Amino acid sequence: MTNDLFALLKKAGRKAATQRGAPRHEVKEEGWRGLAERLGKKGSGEKGLDLMGLWADQGRVLMALFQPETGQFGLASIKVVDGAFPSVGALHPPAIRPERMIRDLFGYDPVGLEDQRNWIDHSTWHQSMPLSPQPAAPSQPAPYPFLASRGEGLHQIPVGPVHAGIIEPGHFRFTCAGETVVRLEERLGYVHKGIEKLAQGKTPLEAAPICARISGDSTVAFSLAFSRAVEEALDLDIPQRAHWLRALMGELERLANHFGDIGAICNDAAFAFIHAHFGILREDVLQAAQTCFGHRLMMDRVIPGGTACDLDSGGRAVLLALLDGLEERLPALIELYDSTPSIQDRTRTSGRLDPGLAHAFAAGGFVGRASGRSFDARAAFAYPPFDRIALEPACAENGDVDARVWVRIREAEQSMILIRRILADMPDGECRIDLPAPGNRVREGIALVEGFRGDVLVWVRLDRKGRIARLHPRDPSVFQWPLLEDVIRGNIVADFPLCNKSFNCSYSGHDL
Amino acid sequence: MRTLLFQSIFAAPVTARAPAPSAQALEELGRKLDKSARRLLGRSLAIREVDAGSCNGCELEIHALENAVYDASRFGIRFVASPRHADALLVTGPVTHNMKVALERTFAAVPAPRWVIAAGQCAVDGCVFRDSYANANGVADVLDVDLHIPGCPPSPAALLEGLLALMQN
Repeated sequence: MTNDLFALLKKAGRKAATQRGAPRHEVKEEGWRGLAERLGKKGSGEKGLDLMGLWADQGRVLMALFQPETGQFGLASIKVVDGAFPSVGALHPPAIRPERMIRDLFGYDPVGLEDQRNWIDHSTWHQSMPLSPQPAAPSQPAPYPFLASRGEGLHQIPVGPVHAGIIEPGHFRFTCAGETVVRLEERLGYVHKGIEKLAQGKTPLEAAPICARISGDSTVAFSLAFSRAVEEALDLDIPQRAHWLRALMGELERLANHFGDIGAICNDAAFAFIHAHFGILREDVLQAAQTCFGHRLMMDRVIPGGTACDLDSGGRAVLLALLDGLEERLPALIELYDSTPSIQDRTRTSGRLDPGLAHAFAAGGFVGRASGRSFDARAAFAYPPFDRIALEPACAENGDVDARVWVRIREAEQSMILIRRILADMPDGECRIDLPAPGNRVREGIALVEGFRGDVLVWVRLDRKGRIARLHPRDPSVFQWPLLEDVIRGNIVADFPLCNKSFNCSYSGHDL
Repeated sequence: MRTLLFQSIFAAPVTARAPAPSAQALEELGRKLDKSARRLLGRSLAIREVDAGSCNGCELEIHALENAVYDASRFGIRFVASPRHADALLVTGPVTHNMKVALERTFAAVPAPRWVIAAGQCAVDGCVFRDSYANANGVADVLDVDLHIPGCPPSPAALLEGLLALMQN
């Protein structure tokens, strides 16, 4: 008797998709529920499943599943019958928001889901159910009832969508007892741009610039996930050098963002000195990226088929000099962070994420790894060149703001080692190959890659002409945002910026 | 910390040299603003930034304006938390329909005389998000724009060149 994911999928329904990586099984209602019941069950003796994504396609709802014990990754899909499908969110809370998103975009009803409120549809679009074959008239504006908190002396603080700093927009509704937060509820969707629909009907190369702009700080990660998904769908092997160049850009992106985050977290605890120094380190990385790849954030440099640019010996020297400079300055700053009581007083024990919740929500990135969930897509899937470079995910157990800072520090150090290794071992050759003809066949592809924030998932379905029939990108923030609501509970209002920055969830990546 | 502070006293500054105001921006502003209006700004510019649907790329580069390398505050440019303290709105993104009301209300809270700067390609013409059911095709669809700073995202140097043009009498 086996409870391996592949066996479970086989038992639940027949294999439907032809992609070369993860299998997709079309399952019936009973099988769907069976899989949903196994989600987030860690340490209960049976092999649990992590929900990695939940989205709809025409007439179908899909979920991506990962089994930590076996490392198996697969997809289950269920047909939508009479505009409805059995809710996963009713059994597994992390699925609630993805299902509300499906309802807003397709009009499919998750049967059994208690929450009937719209999520990203704020009744302002030119149409409702924009991804269904027949979009409807705009939804009627209605008040958005926030979840109630009852008790003596409670008051509410509404924050956003326009925040005080230079950050993305979203609404936070705090209910507080004095200084202490009793409940936080997020309302998102303010930056929804209809990315999934914009990509439809385009060729993969035409859609690549859209994917590069899903979340600007993770442009390399999204481009990589999209490109890998397209390449999987087209059964395409790209030149080895392209894999290494992509990984190089990915690690530079991680470095720049981690430096920015560490500085910004300290800044939110009024430690401006560290912020100033990490700002310089981040700037150094971006300027090196500009010199080597012609763009500070490396947008549009990773494309289906390989990379849009190569690295010459001059660029290699720039990156080596960058690493020398970073390695010289970083240790003193880390030492300063670790030995200053005033900052430690703020970051330690603040915003603690319970490891159980981190596992249940399959929280990726530093959010999950600071609470003991060791998943890292680079290690879990060993996509090239990580099939040649062993990687030990940086983990911590405390789950507080300090732990999330330390995971970032360790990952930044690791990235610098990885970049040196990549520069040393990168094979010569071409860095791009043309995309093949689709062969008059509908094709699917899925990819999971590790961005700085966590695992980025992209699923594509190509039509017979090789155009994008459906694109679904899933930012790691989708499963991190709900956890922030729990993390702030019991903390003081003034620590919210600190907790929020230590999560640094993406609004644009979530809202699409 | 003392060692680091001590080192920075003797180290050369990391700050980049001041760029010249963008000629393109000067021309656009010259057409729109009379000199007396711009003189009101004096040598300071208080900016309220509003993300109206960007991918966050523009915000990263606007943040960089405040780092030690670009150090926008040496020109009197500072970012304020409240629109009531602002001379100008710096708007990014194509303006999603879900953000339209918030943007209009933020603009209404800025005391006159006030300026609107559309930063980034999305804010200029919608960029890759053009003609979506969920957003406008740039800030000009919603507010009168005084200055456009193109680029995806505009580099901190390009942002600085545009802002300096606004401040130049």
